[in-house]
Amino acid sequence: MALSETYTNRIDLKLVAEMVTPGTRVLDVGCGDGALLALLAETRQVDARGIELSREGVAGCVARGLSVIQGDADTDLADYPDDSFDYVILSQTIQATRNPRLVLEHMLRIGRRAIISFPNFGHWRMRSQIFFRGQMPVTDALPYSWWDTPNIHFCTIRDFVTLCEVVGAQKERAVALDAAGGKVGVSAPWWFWNLFGAQAVFLLKRG
Amino acid sequence: MHDEIQSLADPLKEANEPSSPVVRFDAATPLVMDCGVVLDSWQIAYQTYGELNAAKSNAVLVCHALTGDQHVASRNPITGKGGWWTAMIGPGKPIDTDRFFVICANVVGGCTGTTGPASTNPETGKPWGLGFPMVTIRDMVRAQAHLVDALGIESLFCVAGGSMGGMQVLEWAASYPARVFSALPLATSAKHSAQNIAFHEVGRQAVMADPDWRGGRYLEEGTRPSKGLSVARMGAHITYLSEPALHRKFGRKLQDREAPTFSFDADFQVESYLRHQGLSFVERFDANSYLYVTRAMDYFDIAADHDGVLAKAFTGTKTRFCVASFTSDWLFPTADSRAVVHALNAAGASVSFVELESDKGHDAFLLEEPNLFATTRGFINAAARARGL
Repeated sequence: MALSETYTNRIDLKLVAEMVTPGTRVLDVGCGDGALLALLAETRQVDARGIELSREGVAGCVARGLSVIQGDADTDLADYPDDSFDYVILSQTIQATRNPRLVLEHMLRIGRRAIISFPNFGHWRMRSQIFFRGQMPVTDALPYSWWDTPNIHFCTIRDFVTLCEVVGAQKERAVALDAAGGKVGVSAPWWFWNLFGAQAVFLLKRG
Repeated sequence: MHDEIQSLADPLKEANEPSSPVVRFDAATPLVMDCGVVLDSWQIAYQTYGELNAAKSNAVLVCHALTGDQHVASRNPITGKGGWWTAMIGPGKPIDTDRFFVICANVVGGCTGTTGPASTNPETGKPWGLGFPMVTIRDMVRAQAHLVDALGIESLFCVAGGSMGGMQVLEWAASYPARVFSALPLATSAKHSAQNIAFHEVGRQAVMADPDWRGGRYLEEGTRPSKGLSVARMGAHITYLSEPALHRKFGRKLQDREAPTFSFDADFQVESYLRHQGLSFVERFDANSYLYVTRAMDYFDIAADHDGVLAKAFTGTKTRFCVASFTSDWLFPTADSRAVVHALNAAGASVSFVELESDKGHDAFLLEEPNLFATTRGFINAAARARGL
């Protein structure tokens, strides 16, 4: 993964990239400045496409040569045909969507696989802020106060597993990362992941 | 200054004998038009900038808008002014003439050297006038394809244009997908809206209501429907701007006077500006051309040519697209561009889309818009890398 060091320091992005088979077609929903798309295009030689809400993000992506459309995950995924991508990726974005269930269903319809990474609201530091301080958690990774946060649908790893069951998604891989970016023990039970995983990455396919 | 005036070209002469390069075709290469007419003798006037590389792989075709011409990046011989898209095209510009061979041709139906209603009908020796066959956007593109053939170019690196130019870009991508490596349709639509057809009809009726139009035979009869064409241009020009842009530029400011004159003089600056726009337009543009070219835009509806499904026009395309619209453009609003993007997505095409922030209305694509330049530069450079340029 040495090459990817030049593209990103974000461990979750590298983990997502590892899950993608080289030479495939990938749609990154909420691609931001295009860091993951650029990483995938360079290291996995994928046909990389993106959707991004912010005008600045899209302009930046196009200026670095990526195929990115200004659009909204909540409304624009409906326009994509079935099976048009090998992977549809939602990186650190599901908590900001208005209808996470619908977004996930569209991802599983458009792509043969879906990859979702998200912050775990069940992490012990989150729990401790609510438990001891009685306040909504504010962390380095999630620095917003409750009144101005774009994140309107937080979930824990356990909650996300429930959503997967509701939409009939099948888990091919699931990885939890601790706050330092290390993988939480592979054979650990769910309650352990849910407590010590700062974020999680799921590789899903239709059930 | 005197020399400058002396050297201005006669618009009537330019229609047949343009001062730019021109390719003349005969019955061996007829122009087969959508209306069923086959032109056995026709010509296309064009300009080029930069140099074609040995592999002939660096050609960029720029398509002009309704009242544009082939003089995209050089002095216009009729007006004496600079090219109409020098902000975008030139050495070191987003479409860099140091790297790319840029071609721009006058459209069929136009009046600056490509065959149109102001050209001489070889059968009668008189101007075509309303005898000229009705033109479509696809006819314009067919004619350009003949020019590209004549220049020995098989595949274009990019086809770019805004407004009606963007319509031609989309038509190129739909009609000749293998010949278009990348496409840059700006501030445009895959079909002309009812509102836009309505505006065009007002303009055409203004021209035809002028007694000097003479049923379209004004060139033979030595008159010009300048008043009608001027009113058409004034009305159209408002649609190219936006309310905030008009307010910023003119507000309610008076023109060279302290108080209203209680008359129908051009008291307001905005009136004076529009009158000037109208008057300078009639100096350079043929009234019948205005009728034909606006009609071509009205007829444009790519989906209608593909069973009503726009995505079918782009099925299997390998072309890389970059679509852009402007927030204040109410003539070709963002929804029109989004419809194109949805169709391209459905066809699995490589497409980028951005709505750029500007208060300058539809004309923004022609003006100094740093975000448009950055987007274009990024798209063109990435496409050039993909093509090995």
